[in-house]
Amino acid sequence: MENTKDKDMSSENKTIETGPPHVHHMDAKTAYQSAKLGMWLFLATEILLFGGLFTAFAIYRYLYLEEFTQAAMNLDWRMGAINTAILIFSSFTAAIAVDAAQHGDNKRVRKNVLITLICGVGFLVIKFFEYKGKAHHGIFPGGAENFSLIIFLGAILIAGAAFTIAACHKYKVKLVGVCSVLLVVAFYFISDSLSHMEFDLATLIPFGGKEALDVHHAVSTVDYSEIFKKSDDYSAFFGHRVFFGLYYCMTGLHALHVILGMGLLFWVFIKAETNRFSTDYYTPVEVGALYWHLVDLIWIYLFPLLYLVA
Amino acid sequence: MSEHDNNGLGHILPFKVYVRVLLALVVLTVLTVYIAKGVEFESDIVTISVAMFIASIKAGIVALFFMHLKYENPITWLYAFFPIFLLFTLIGGVFLDNPLR
Repeated sequence: MENTKDKDMSSENKTIETGPPHVHHMDAKTAYQSAKLGMWLFLATEILLFGGLFTAFAIYRYLYLEEFTQAAMNLDWRMGAINTAILIFSSFTAAIAVDAAQHGDNKRVRKNVLITLICGVGFLVIKFFEYKGKAHHGIFPGGAENFSLIIFLGAILIAGAAFTIAACHKYKVKLVGVCSVLLVVAFYFISDSLSHMEFDLATLIPFGGKEALDVHHAVSTVDYSEIFKKSDDYSAFFGHRVFFGLYYCMTGLHALHVILGMGLLFWVFIKAETNRFSTDYYTPVEVGALYWHLVDLIWIYLFPLLYLVA
Repeated sequence: MSEHDNNGLGHILPFKVYVRVLLALVVLTVLTVYIAKGVEFESDIVTISVAMFIASIKAGIVALFFMHLKYENPITWLYAFFPIFLLFTLIGGVFLDNPLR
C-alpha cells in the first residue's frame, strides 16, 4: 500500500490525489499561485475600505457642492500632480522589479525596489509639505491639539515596523534599531514643539520650503484658523469641515498604505540582498508589487477627485 | 490564459510593454489635468465623469499589465471585479435614494 502510494507520488503527482498528509508539500507553482490569490483577495477588501470613503465623499459633495468647491481650492493641484507622477513611476519600477525577479536577477530587483522606496519617501515628503500648508491655515487632522500626537504615533509606527522587519530577518538589527530609537526621540521633540508653536512655512525655507510657501500663498483662499477655532457652532462651515475631514481620512489612510507598502518592499529588498529570489521563487516580490500597485490605483482616483474636479 | 504559464511561475511580459504602459499613464495624467483645468464643460457632472472615466482607464491598464491581471485565472478576475461591483451597487443605491429626499 505504501509502496504504490510512493510510486504514484514520484511518477506524476497530477494524476492521483494522495490525500491530506501531503497537502503541505505544495509544489512551487501551487504555492506561488495561492499566495498571489490571497493577495488579490486582500486587495479586494482594500478596495471596499476605500470605496466606503469614496461613497461618503461623493454624497457629501453632492449635498454641499458649493462648500466643497471652495474648500478644495485650498489644495494645490500641482503638488497632487507631482505626487501622481511619482507614484506612477514607482509603480513602473515595482513592475520592473517583478520582471527582474522572474528572470532571477536579484541585483536588478534590489535596484528597482530601492528606486520604488525612494519614490515612496518623495511622495511622503510632498504630502508632509501639503499637510503643513493646511495646518498653517488652521486645518488640522483630528483638531489642532491632536495633530502633534498623530505625528508622534506615526513615527512610532514607522520605527516599530522597520525594527520588526529587520529583527525578523537579522538584517543590520543594531543599525536599524538605533535609527528607529533616534527617529522616535526626534519626533517626540518635533511633536512637542509643534504642539507649542504656531505653524509657519517660512521656517522650512532652508529645506526647500520656499516654493511650498509661494504656492501656498498663491492658491489659498480662506483662512480657517479663526473660523474653526472660534466657532462653537459646528454647523457653521459644515461642508468645509466635512471636506477637510474626508481629505485627511482619505489621504491619511492612503499615506498609511504608502508607509506599509514601503515596509513590505523593504522586506523584499532585504531578501534580495541575500539573493533569495530565483525563477522558481519570487512570491514576495510579486505580492509586494501587487500591494504597491494598489496604492497607486487608489491615488489615481484620489488625485482628480480631490485636486482637480473643484 | 493558463497555457502561457507553463514554462515559468507567472507570465513574463516583454520589457517594452512596461515602458508603453508608463508612457500611456503619463499621457493620460496630463490629459486629465488639461481637461479639468483647461476645458470648460457645461456641467460639473460632465467634468467629474470624464475625469473618473480617464482614471478608470489608467487603473485598468495598471491592473492588466503591471499587476498581470490579463494573464490571471478566472478566480482572480472574480476577486478583482466583485468589490467593484459591490461598490457600484453602494454608490448607485445611495444616489438613487439621496436626491429624492
